[in-house]
Amino acid sequence: MSSSPKFAVIGLLGAMLLATAAHAQPAKDLPNVGRAATAKEIAAWDIDVRPDFKGLPKGSGTVAKGQDVWEGKCAQCHGIFGESGEVFSPLVGGTTPEDIKTGHVARLNDRGFPGRTTLMKVATVSTLWDYINRAMPWTAPKSLTTDEVYSVTAFLLNLGGIVPENFELSDKNIAEVQQRMPNRNGMTLDHALWPGKGLSTAKAPDTRNVACMKDCEVGAKISSFLPEHARNAHGNLAEQNRSVGPQHGADTSKPAGTPVQRAVEPVAAPKAAAAPMALLNKNSCTACHAVAGKLVGPSFQEIAKKHGERGDAIAYLSGKIRSGGVGVWGQIPMPAQTLGEADAASIAQWLKSGAPR
Amino acid sequence: MNSDDKPSGRLIKAPENFLDPAGIRQVFAEAKNGRRDFMRKAFAAAGAAAGAAAAPVALATSNPVQAGEGDPNILTLPEHSKGLGQAVATEGYGKPSKYEANVQRRQSPGLTQTAQASVSFAPLQSLFGIVTPSGLHFERHHQGWWDIDPSRHRLMLNGSDADMLKKAMVFTMDELMRLPSVSRFHFIECGANTGMEWGNVAVPTVQYSHGMLSCSEFTGVPLRILLDLAGVDYKKARFVLAEGADGSSMTRTIPMEMVESGEVLVAYGQNGEMLRPEQGYPLRLVVPGVQGVSWVKYLRRIEVGDKPYASKDEAIHYIDLMPNGQHRQYSSIQECKSVVTTPSGGQVLLDKGFYNISGLAWSGRGRIKRVDVSVDGGRNWRSARLEGAVLPKCLTRFNIDWVWDGKPALIQSRAMDETGYVQPSYKQLREVRSTRSIYHNNAVQTWLVQEDGEVKNVQLS
Repeated sequence: MSSSPKFAVIGLLGAMLLATAAHAQPAKDLPNVGRAATAKEIAAWDIDVRPDFKGLPKGSGTVAKGQDVWEGKCAQCHGIFGESGEVFSPLVGGTTPEDIKTGHVARLNDRGFPGRTTLMKVATVSTLWDYINRAMPWTAPKSLTTDEVYSVTAFLLNLGGIVPENFELSDKNIAEVQQRMPNRNGMTLDHALWPGKGLSTAKAPDTRNVACMKDCEVGAKISSFLPEHARNAHGNLAEQNRSVGPQHGADTSKPAGTPVQRAVEPVAAPKAAAAPMALLNKNSCTACHAVAGKLVGPSFQEIAKKHGERGDAIAYLSGKIRSGGVGVWGQIPMPAQTLGEADAASIAQWLKSGAPR
Repeated sequence: MNSDDKPSGRLIKAPENFLDPAGIRQVFAEAKNGRRDFMRKAFAAAGAAAGAAAAPVALATSNPVQAGEGDPNILTLPEHSKGLGQAVATEGYGKPSKYEANVQRRQSPGLTQTAQASVSFAPLQSLFGIVTPSGLHFERHHQGWWDIDPSRHRLMLNGSDADMLKKAMVFTMDELMRLPSVSRFHFIECGANTGMEWGNVAVPTVQYSHGMLSCSEFTGVPLRILLDLAGVDYKKARFVLAEGADGSSMTRTIPMEMVESGEVLVAYGQNGEMLRPEQGYPLRLVVPGVQGVSWVKYLRRIEVGDKPYASKDEAIHYIDLMPNGQHRQYSSIQECKSVVTTPSGGQVLLDKGFYNISGLAWSGRGRIKRVDVSVDGGRNWRSARLEGAVLPKCLTRFNIDWVWDGKPALIQSRAMDETGYVQPSYKQLREVRSTRSIYHNNAVQTWLVQEDGEVKNVQLS
């Protein structure tokens, strides 16, 4: 009977139906995908530190040691006193001894105060420790030792008047320092923007607009617009719109009211990736290299052609810029250059994009 | 006008940098002087102040031809009608037409001092539909972007304490891509999108005012599947920390409820291909409806725990200053918002007559229910057509017919989501939050169409 073709067909169909049904069910187990992490692996990556200091490694560092690290690795961007806004927002300033008592930074209510520093905003000292540890210094993140992170944090806190000059910060006393953070009481959950239940946030959104459709009450005047002198501050808007369409971009290189050019002309590639001439000049790159055409060394465009396609082009080129070399382009050596990694990387980025003018 | 409406010295650079002090004074002087009358006079005054006193230029047809003659583009056959075109696979990976070269993501001058911790804005004024081409997706990097070898990328899953899960795990990309996958369309918006406009108009076009917004089809594994595999104790572990593999190793706290719902994805696909490096290749978190900073790129680790983490980007940045001096912390949801992308700031209408007003609406709380459009500064509204599939936590394209009579117009859009929440006006938003919160500005946007056809970014009060 089992050899009957009819039964064989039914049997096969039945098996297929069963198989289909089985496939429609989500797999309960997903065997052989993923493996257990080793303790060593977890230790290597699990670096986060919570406000209750879970995750904080044992260690310590003094304000004095922190000042040494700071001046060597941090001050270029953040200023000697953490005050600089040249590269990043200022870290220090705007907090008072009174704030340390109240846990509220009073200047957050002073609309005349220029800017908000990190110490004015941050409520949790763990945040400083965690971020310095995971992301600083800017061009060499995760290169500080645990004790260096303690000491830099101590120095920063000292700049803000939160700990004294002879202070040694450690895993033992950091909870006490938390009680002196100037804005420790400055956070609120009074909003409906948390998409979960674990925090006691507000239930309803804070605005309640009504979709009026006719003769609605509206603002009676135009209260803000860009002044004429800012017309071209974002570049020529004609070059930032498609060359065809219902509207064209306004030619902001000319005064308002200038008739729009209607003819469609082939458009040149925009100058988004234009040569970083300031950087090239500042570092004297242009003494030996031109954008096109050989000088002492190969042109930037030749370099771009030869190395721009490499997967590691930016790393390779920025490394070459800083270390110099000989032999790739001939026997005239290129000396090592003293520019920073970030500058070298932006030149490398431009080279990778083909070194457009 | 209370003192909150004055621009304050704040760390976000754009408004102050963009308008020099004299410019800011001019803006506010203009705001305070006169112009008490309603619309018509307001238009004229703004036009004059913006230096557009010249006669209207948008008068003639934009498609002219002399009687009895013809368009040379028709009469003389072009090369492409008379010659042989290019071969297949001339470009192994095709590129946009060379005539599209103006459509680029761009930085806002003076917004940031480094290009590695910065933003580039998507050119919303030039995009159609709801999908952002991957190469035009906005960028926000905290410490520069990388192109990471996927064969060496790993995802680790562990707990703040050992008892949060049965076992900490490690996955390769091969393994993650073997798991059951889903593909979903979602918007991603930076929490600081439109942040430059809290106090006053600061930028000229929708690219800079709203361009930290993109939308893609993301493909990946629901994070829930991975947590189940690791045997997470959902009673204890109510928070999730996501961490990147780049220099900043960005971290953000995500509520477990979102993961349990199945909507949080560990994604590797974007619009049919792998993620672009600028968007976190090979792995990023997708947290629908939540601000972009939580969509951790170069995702290397997920930790489950019983408390939130107060990471740098939820304790120093991405906190919203309120008028009482307190900062809102863990503000995450991007509330219902919309903007007209065409016509929009910096464009010029070429002619009177018919136009299709088109824009985008989205909500971090679900689907868009309705979008209304006004051309008279919010006095009267008409409901727009919603195009295509209206998906939750996704961009929705809207369109509405408009015949421009050549007179000044104030174009606005106002979206409503499925919870009934209606996008607020600047007045309503500032009444609650003042002007210094940087993040979560979802106010109704106004574009002024001047008589000469040029469109300007304006705010009403």
